[in-house]
Amino acid sequence: MADVHAPSATADFKRELIAVLPHLRAFARGLCGRPDLADDLVQETMLKAWAAQDRFEPGTSMRAWTFVILRNAYLTDMRRNRFRADYDETVAERILTAPAGQEGPIHLSDMHRALLTLPPERREALLLVGAGGFSYEEAAQICGCAVGTIKSRVGRARAALGAMIEDGTIPRRSSRDAVAHDAIMDELDETVASRPHGRSA
Amino acid sequence: MADKKAMQALARKAGGPGKAKGPDWAQGLRQLYDSVVDEPLPENFTRLLDELDKGDNG
Repeated sequence: MADVHAPSATADFKRELIAVLPHLRAFARGLCGRPDLADDLVQETMLKAWAAQDRFEPGTSMRAWTFVILRNAYLTDMRRNRFRADYDETVAERILTAPAGQEGPIHLSDMHRALLTLPPERREALLLVGAGGFSYEEAAQICGCAVGTIKSRVGRARAALGAMIEDGTIPRRSSRDAVAHDAIMDELDETVASRPHGRSA
Repeated sequence: MADKKAMQALARKAGGPGKAKGPDWAQGLRQLYDSVVDEPLPENFTRLLDELDKGDNG
């Protein structure tokens, strides 16, 4: 009988998983904003990935495989309101602080704040393609949707961010983000409701 | 890392059609991501993996 947990296979898996952890952290932080919750999400992803390691095909992209798991965990957690309760104040302090009326280079905090106002589907599409460097095809596989859908989401996300940045309308106050966040939650509820099975294939 | 170059190339392309170089903020998006990737990995992550590994073997 083949030993699916052969020590060398496990060691390879572990090594590859460690290698993608920084990317998981970056993706998670882009998705949910708060560094501590993002890291919780990554640890949850690690547990799930470890438990499902037999389903990982060696030679395929560990980063894409774990992003699917992280994404599904995020959607489930969001649905359970895990990120909703303490979003407002803490995020406002830690991430949503920006020098008012600044000129010149765009600060990373501006970028992050603008990103967090996007509907989750567009945010994740832009994160995957524009930040994570995935192709449209890979991003479509991660999100379980058509390539055209990803292209459209990325296009809309870019247009929204571009407009926000060029017009100087990046939200600066937590209250405005709370409004945006409610909108995000509503859209997310619909997203999750329409796709009940989080699959990590 | 090998795919870092690919990521950068993609991010450059990310500016939109008809532009040789993306808008500044497109670069910022990648920087935002890379800034987290470049952070030192907190120890509790590797500790967790070691525990999982031990759990499987023991």
